[in-house]
Amino acid sequence: MTEEALENKMQIKNLSMYYTDFKAIEDVTLDVPARRITALIGPSGCGKSTLVRCLNRMNDLIEGVRTEGQVELDGENIYQPGFDTIGLRRRVGMVFQRPNPFPKSIYENVAYGPKLVGIKDKEKLDFIVEDSLKKAALWHEVKTILRESGQNLSGGQQQRLCIARVIAVQPEVILFDEPCSAIDPVATQLIEDLMAELKENFTMVIVTHNMQQAARVSDFTAFMLVQEQGEPGRLIEYGDTNTMFTNPTDERTERYITGRFG
Amino acid sequence: MSTGAPEAAVKTRAWAGAFTDRENYVKLVMLTCASVAILAIILIFLFIFRESLPAIRDLGVRNLFFSTDWRPNVSDPTAGNYGMLTFIWGTLLTTFGAMLLSVPLGIGAAVFIDQVAPDRMARVVRRGIELLAGIPSVVIGWFGLILLVPAIARATGTSGYGVAAASLVLVVMALPTITTLSAETLKSLPIELKEASVAMGATRWQTIYKVLLPSAREGLLIAVILGMGRAIGETMAVQMVIGNARAFALSPFARTSTLTTRIVTDTGEASGIFRSALFAQALVLLLIAMVLIILIRVISRKREPA
Repeated sequence: MTEEALENKMQIKNLSMYYTDFKAIEDVTLDVPARRITALIGPSGCGKSTLVRCLNRMNDLIEGVRTEGQVELDGENIYQPGFDTIGLRRRVGMVFQRPNPFPKSIYENVAYGPKLVGIKDKEKLDFIVEDSLKKAALWHEVKTILRESGQNLSGGQQQRLCIARVIAVQPEVILFDEPCSAIDPVATQLIEDLMAELKENFTMVIVTHNMQQAARVSDFTAFMLVQEQGEPGRLIEYGDTNTMFTNPTDERTERYITGRFG
Repeated sequence: MSTGAPEAAVKTRAWAGAFTDRENYVKLVMLTCASVAILAIILIFLFIFRESLPAIRDLGVRNLFFSTDWRPNVSDPTAGNYGMLTFIWGTLLTTFGAMLLSVPLGIGAAVFIDQVAPDRMARVVRRGIELLAGIPSVVIGWFGLILLVPAIARATGTSGYGVAAASLVLVVMALPTITTLSAETLKSLPIELKEASVAMGATRWQTIYKVLLPSAREGLLIAVILGMGRAIGETMAVQMVIGNARAFALSPFARTSTLTTRIVTDTGEASGIFRSALFAQALVLLLIAMVLIILIRVISRKREPA
């Protein structure tokens, strides 16, 4: 890929987040470039999932969560008072750790988002469902069983169904919160290939435990760490993935990626 | 207690023996408890069946179960008519009326407790509803008699007694069951379902009625059926407000009876075939209860694989 000026889709600026009194992440500043994959890595409990859930304000669901600092989407702070979180989540979609299709048919799973925004026309819905399933590389496996429950699919298929479901609302950003931790290596491979294809149209952020995965799929990598038990998670180092994995600046990053702790 | 290994072995064996004995003893106690329950239900069933046999045999299924002609004769029981359809209808009607209100109220309250209210308020509401379940039915019936019946009388120009009053009283009886069980069902749904919906840009309300309630369908149905069982079996509170007439109810404000209230009302003076006809009513109640339990089993089995 030729070098071009990177446009930032999202910018995290001095973000801290608290669960009531406990500070979970502290002073994170991080850019998320458009149409690139940014990986968040770090040991368990370092706040990477918490951070990614700040990007679509999923943490709002938990009582007692409070944030400081800003997260900007196309230059607009999503934490400003009165910001439309419903609209935000349509622009910033999410794929979760455990595949979580609704107990509805495959078709209804994908049509869920479009129906929420009031699309009722059958032909239009049919088109969106087919298109989304194709983009999620699942169409050929399910085109004859669209009316069967999404929960009867295999784990990997379920996860691709969840990706199709997100694609169907045409978000600008897709967040992946450890999307492959509950599925087998072959299915993982499929999802990684899929992410590479989706890069043309979507900005993506992936939280992963698996450093090889980060190295394989991402363009940029951010390393987070909790220094001492009870301290908040902090961003240690951030850079393009190649540099991060071959020549990290911070000694702690190097120790982590070479598997010497964590 | 001083010779080391051999003694330790003896001790272990002695202890193991004691344990086995005690275990057997405990097993026996448990078995007795379980047997008493099983035996009770079998005996109740057999007894009720045996006692209702004369009525079934002498009057015939049609005259007993499918006739509305209930004119018992106390001094000469064989001279009376004992058709119980009026009371079967009364039971079904009051129960249906109660469900009309208690299902939306109960599920609504469950959604409020589990999804809408902040933790502390949810706790208060939950405690309140549990308390409601603990109020003796005669107290609720008393409220119905003092407040509800006159209010209905004023509003409709009828006596105030009847199906409507009974249904409203039953709402209070069935509500705690439906609410508590529905809230449990909603609580047991995986958080991932809610998260998936919210992350798609669904509002809280859309998430509740498009994802959570449909996902909880089987559990909610069981909650409703158990609430129904409660309503069908309730006697005291209903008897105080239903008017205890023998007329087939064609209006919600007509006085009538249910199976349970008829049994209570007539049991004092019944003998012979009259008494047997009351047992036949109990048999119908038992059968309804069994059908409900079978329904629950079928629904739960359907829920298992998902």
